[in-house]
Amino acid sequence: MSMYFTKEHEWVKVKEGIGAVGISEHAAHELGDITFVELPKIGAVVKQFGVLGSIESVKAASDIFAPVSGKVVKINDALDTAPEIVNESAEDAGWMAWVEIADVAELKNLMTQEQYDAYLKTL
Amino acid sequence: MDEQLQATPICSRHRALNALMAPFGGWDMPIQYEGIIAEHSWCRTQASLFDICHMGEFLFQGDFEADGLEDVFTFSVKTIPLGRSRYGFLLNEQGGIIDDLIVFRLAEDKVMIVVNAATAPKDFDAIKGRLRGGAFTDITAATGKLDLQGPLSRYVMVELFGEEVATIPYFKFITMNILGVEAIVSRTGYTGELGYEIFIPSEKVCELWDLMLTDERVKPAGLGARDVLRLEVGYSLYGSDIDEETTPLEAGLESFVNFDKSFIGKDALLRLKEQGVTRKKVAFEVIGRRSPRHHYEICFEGETVGAVTSGVFSPMLGKGVGIGFIKPELASIGTPLTIRHERVSMEATICELPFFRDGSVRS
Repeated sequence: MSMYFTKEHEWVKVKEGIGAVGISEHAAHELGDITFVELPKIGAVVKQFGVLGSIESVKAASDIFAPVSGKVVKINDALDTAPEIVNESAEDAGWMAWVEIADVAELKNLMTQEQYDAYLKTL
Repeated sequence: MDEQLQATPICSRHRALNALMAPFGGWDMPIQYEGIIAEHSWCRTQASLFDICHMGEFLFQGDFEADGLEDVFTFSVKTIPLGRSRYGFLLNEQGGIIDDLIVFRLAEDKVMIVVNAATAPKDFDAIKGRLRGGAFTDITAATGKLDLQGPLSRYVMVELFGEEVATIPYFKFITMNILGVEAIVSRTGYTGELGYEIFIPSEKVCELWDLMLTDERVKPAGLGARDVLRLEVGYSLYGSDIDEETTPLEAGLESFVNFDKSFIGKDALLRLKEQGVTRKKVAFEVIGRRSPRHHYEICFEGETVGAVTSGVFSPMLGKGVGIGFIKPELASIGTPLTIRHERVSMEATICELPFFRDGSVRS
């Protein structure tokens, strides 16, 4: 499974045309205690780098952007009542949505894990 | 980062604890150590230690009436009994709040005035400009201040400093020997929990910090947790909820204004009382976990009727809570509001303060 990142610190894990989407550990750490996650609706069609949802912590509120275009086919309902899962496991249990990837060519616009790690060092 | 930032004497300890630091009121202050919610929860159940050395302290010694101090604040200084403190305001001529502060009656002719960090220089000038005599000095740099807050704080204080502390009632203080120097221990705070504010010469404050953290019931807490704690119990934050453009009447703080005495700003407040205020502070609870934030719009039936001044996700209530100012005719309990900002929209209902009612502050 390949994992890609955006400059806004979202990730997408790609498997069989489906992208699981979330925010990076770095982003979760920067936000601090996460208190609310606004998830997209199942069936919603999102555009790459368009708004997918939003996330709030005690310190800040920010939008979550879609790393890929496509249709939302599944959302992580557990975050409605336990958004702290994102702090505990941002890049695994803290996933937010599954997107049916419309165009795999868009992955070229994203960073690999290695590139993302290098990018973090520049911030 | 602002190169003018001041550091408290505890600064090296914060760095050693890997605290997240940020500028606050001109000072480089710890925002969080292990995390805001963990620190908030510790303070509501155990005892939390806050570095509050950034706050300003002034001393006045003289004749309160003849030297003019009696007319400086919205409350009477001369009627504060020895060993007690009183909360209130320093107003401008228009009745706007220059600062909210606490005056401690140290002696027959002597008080300590404790003010917010960001406003300390202008407070000092404003007070000095109103005095006709007496000795008025800024002792901020020489004074260290630590707050121990939380339901277990009394046990900790008694164990460390003796039985004497156990009997201090709310808004009273004692002077006692701590670490070989004279310190003031006051039953006040900013969290809604039982707690103490300790004033000690700044050269001893680091030693006191270390000593207090030797008790395993005590953990450090930053200004992030302090803000959540104060908002849950509805305390105003200067610079957010109140400022020079806001009077105590609009802010629902009239009970800290004594109209039976003279004070600067009184005429303006009396006029405002007669005309009626054009905005009024309200508290509201959000339906859901979203957090209202400073400057978000408050709407009623689609129309903007005010703005949020403080907001947070309350861990105790499990929902967003906030304070804001709206048209007075809408400021009644139960009024449904919509809080908006860009794409964000949340439904809320006006409620009474405090949001969180089960604090140990008076226990």
